[in-house]
Amino acid sequence: MTRPSRLPSSWRSSLALAVGLSLLAAVPALVFAQASSQAPKVDLARFDHGLQARALADGVYVVEGANDDFTLANGCNIINTGFITTGAGVVVVNTGPSRRYGEQLRRLIARTTPEPVVQVVHLNLHPDYFLGNQGFADVPRAATPFTRAGIAREAASYETNLYRLCGDWMLGTETVAPDRDTPAAPATGGTWQVGTRTFELREFSGHTASDLVLIDRTSGVAFVGGLVFVQRIPTTPHADIAPWLKSLDALDALNLRTLVPSHGPVQTTSDGARDGIAQTRRYLQWLDGQFSAWARQGWEMNEVLRAPVPAEFRSWAAFRTEYVRNVAHLYPGYEQRTLTGR
Amino acid sequence: MPSRPILTITALLSLWLTPATAAPGADPFEGDPYQSHPWVDMRKEFLGPTAKAVFDDRVQVRGPAFAEDPMNVPITVSVKDLPSVDRIIVLVDRNPIRKVLEYQPLTALPSVSFRFKLEQASPIRAAARTADGVWHVGGTLVDSAGGGCTVSGATRKDGSWTQTLGLVSARVFDATPIPGESAATASGSRLRLKVMHPMDTGLVGGIPAFYVNRLSVRDAQDKELLRLQTFEPVSENPVFSFDFPVKPAGVLRIVGTDNNGNRIDARLE
Repeated sequence: MTRPSRLPSSWRSSLALAVGLSLLAAVPALVFAQASSQAPKVDLARFDHGLQARALADGVYVVEGANDDFTLANGCNIINTGFITTGAGVVVVNTGPSRRYGEQLRRLIARTTPEPVVQVVHLNLHPDYFLGNQGFADVPRAATPFTRAGIAREAASYETNLYRLCGDWMLGTETVAPDRDTPAAPATGGTWQVGTRTFELREFSGHTASDLVLIDRTSGVAFVGGLVFVQRIPTTPHADIAPWLKSLDALDALNLRTLVPSHGPVQTTSDGARDGIAQTRRYLQWLDGQFSAWARQGWEMNEVLRAPVPAEFRSWAAFRTEYVRNVAHLYPGYEQRTLTGR
Repeated sequence: MPSRPILTITALLSLWLTPATAAPGADPFEGDPYQSHPWVDMRKEFLGPTAKAVFDDRVQVRGPAFAEDPMNVPITVSVKDLPSVDRIIVLVDRNPIRKVLEYQPLTALPSVSFRFKLEQASPIRAAARTADGVWHVGGTLVDSAGGGCTVSGATRKDGSWTQTLGLVSARVFDATPIPGESAATASGSRLRLKVMHPMDTGLVGGIPAFYVNRLSVRDAQDKELLRLQTFEPVSENPVFSFDFPVKPAGVLRIVGTDNNGNRIDARLE
């Protein structure tokens, strides 16, 4: 594997260059859906994430992280990022948790396609969606207005927390914020043309105040961000369950064929996509029902932390740490409603 | 070759663990299972210079292994099978302000739940005094990313605390729940109450300490059912749970003060 030591820093979205490259570029021979997903092979000594591009369709790639919680052993790479060639340059979906990740992702893209990167899109405000932006500082970076405001508000505390959790994997990481709004993204679907691709952008909410979904119309691949967690306990620091469930219903109605969740295995069939959505829905409904019931019975948070949880959810990735966070984030709201009668 | 270095290391270790001033076999941590350096001075300061303290598993302190939100670390103290506990003091070794609360159960059970602000990873202790004057001490460790005592709460940041200061919401529940067991096996009753208050620690620049310092629950005949002293580390808009062997009858009054003399007075019908 070749490892270019530096990337040309002058790559810009230049239409002439991009069109020229797209004419020159032979479509690489693709092996679609290379077997099943697996965690990347991390080299701890060299801080190499071992990122791999898995082609989901012609020119549509996912870069899979471990289905886990942030740890030193997995390099704090627990996110599925993606990139898509358009004939007029590459669109990158999320940039990972750190400078190292962002730079390694940029090199992976350069190894995979001759097209230059022309656009970055962030699907929500969470740290592993944008802390790799130093690898893409020369590229336009778009997010919704809510997500941009959230990143401005929370970035400093994300950096502190990830430095604590991830140590030297974070070396040199500083926030490079998104610098522009995405095109309009109503929940009913806005279109965004880049090169030969037509993307559908839909802004939902519930996992955060703004959960962007990007669908490539040509291939049908949907990057659904944090709305769907597959075989992993959902994260909830900014969650609001009622709108989240509505968003899942809307997502379900789109009859997605290939679903890329930010966390957990990619689903490459309609049934798989539907099952992924159903998993998250099932967990949120269980949480909502139980937290309501326990609050009405006067349970303390420590009792909720020790309460029995169905085996299915206990078997999901990050249960041990993430359920504790779910309780800390969400249970006080249920208590409040019980105590005030509102 | 293999045996001699091991002997030497063992000898060195035992020398290092036993300070020259201590009697042979004396434990400088006084039996503290966490071997926490502040403990001995804390015992003297908060329980009394001559107070007798024993570590006792019957004093149970439950909390999360990690403080997801260091501004709101949930702690449940419950004392099982210890007769006539008249006072429970909660202390945090590595907080800048160590004393969190002092609870006199009076007619309630010797158990209390609350949330508090944790500055860094620390043992959390509960010391329960029995009729013979002995303090029985239990604890748990909570890890933390830090910073709970030195940042302002949400209502201080947005200024909304002035609109809600001293408001109480409370409810009596029919039973004391036991996770993993059906409601039928639960007994007694539980009072949960929330007091709106910023609970400023005084450790945030320019914001002096401002906190609820006394709370008391009284019945319709003005008999005091329980008494609580609270200190700066208790979380913003504190939520407390108290368990009773039998459900208190009639109207309950929740009265108290903060350190600026503001009164708390609420009726729970």
